[in-house]
Amino acid sequence: MNWWVRRGSTVLGALAAASLALLVALGLFVSPPDELQRDAVRLFYLHVPAAWTAYLAFGVTTLASALYLWRRTRSPAWDIVAGASAELGVLFTGLTLVLGSLWGRPVWGVWWAWDARIVSTAVLFFLYLGYLALRQVQADPGVRARRSAIAALFAFVDVPVVHFSVEWWRTLHQQATVFNPALNPTIEGSMASALLVGVLAFTLTYLYLLDRRYRLAVLEDGLEEREVQAAIAERRAEADADADVVPVGTDG
Amino acid sequence: MTDAGYVLSGWLVTGAALGGYLARVWVRTRRAKKILGDGGDSWR
Repeated sequence: MNWWVRRGSTVLGALAAASLALLVALGLFVSPPDELQRDAVRLFYLHVPAAWTAYLAFGVTTLASALYLWRRTRSPAWDIVAGASAELGVLFTGLTLVLGSLWGRPVWGVWWAWDARIVSTAVLFFLYLGYLALRQVQADPGVRARRSAIAALFAFVDVPVVHFSVEWWRTLHQQATVFNPALNPTIEGSMASALLVGVLAFTLTYLYLLDRRYRLAVLEDGLEEREVQAAIAERRAEADADADVVPVGTDG
Repeated sequence: MTDAGYVLSGWLVTGAALGGYLARVWVRTRRAKKILGDGGDSWR
């Protein structure tokens, strides 16, 4: 554990940075333009990994929330992991939507379409924004953690809806290229490599950011605790000072 | 490169979002550490 605290995060950060640099090289310079999408395909090397990372982040939030709710594994640490991961999930879902829009304009001719995949992804974004807002509501830490955990379990229901929307409904959005029902990737070799490196780079980046965000939350919890203790000590000092003052006219 | 504006915007937005988030976490961490000392920066 000590090794992880001292060095693990640095190693993870270095791996994430190296894989992101490799992704830039493969995605922007090495992989060829697509026959139909031309160079807009280069946005896919970010869009697909961002969507995958959002699924992963919300999956971690759900798992941590379930572990918090289960009495045998309940720990404030799971609540912190759930909140940190949800924040990252919202970041990656936002990126997914923006990158999809930037890709859609040159390829489909529109920035936005009322398509099942796109709308369910936007719903996912707002669901977890609501979850993050719920975490900010002032309450006893235990109560706040419990209700946030329950909300996280409900919000995750939208993740399979997003993923399978292209199978369940007729959509403008294309079907899964790699993780399709036949498990038969329909993508050219160097493009597949760029996509794979993208998924790896975004996963490592997510893990690194989760670690940094978790540590920040622990620090800020400590800060909040210190402020509460200082406020209690101040009130006590005021009460003691009031008790020492002899009211005028009471001694005769 | 075709559609260069869209492609470069996408890559720049991604870099800015990830870099901006990391910078914000770093700044808040430094501020909290300054008040608390280094002892609180660990997994528990």
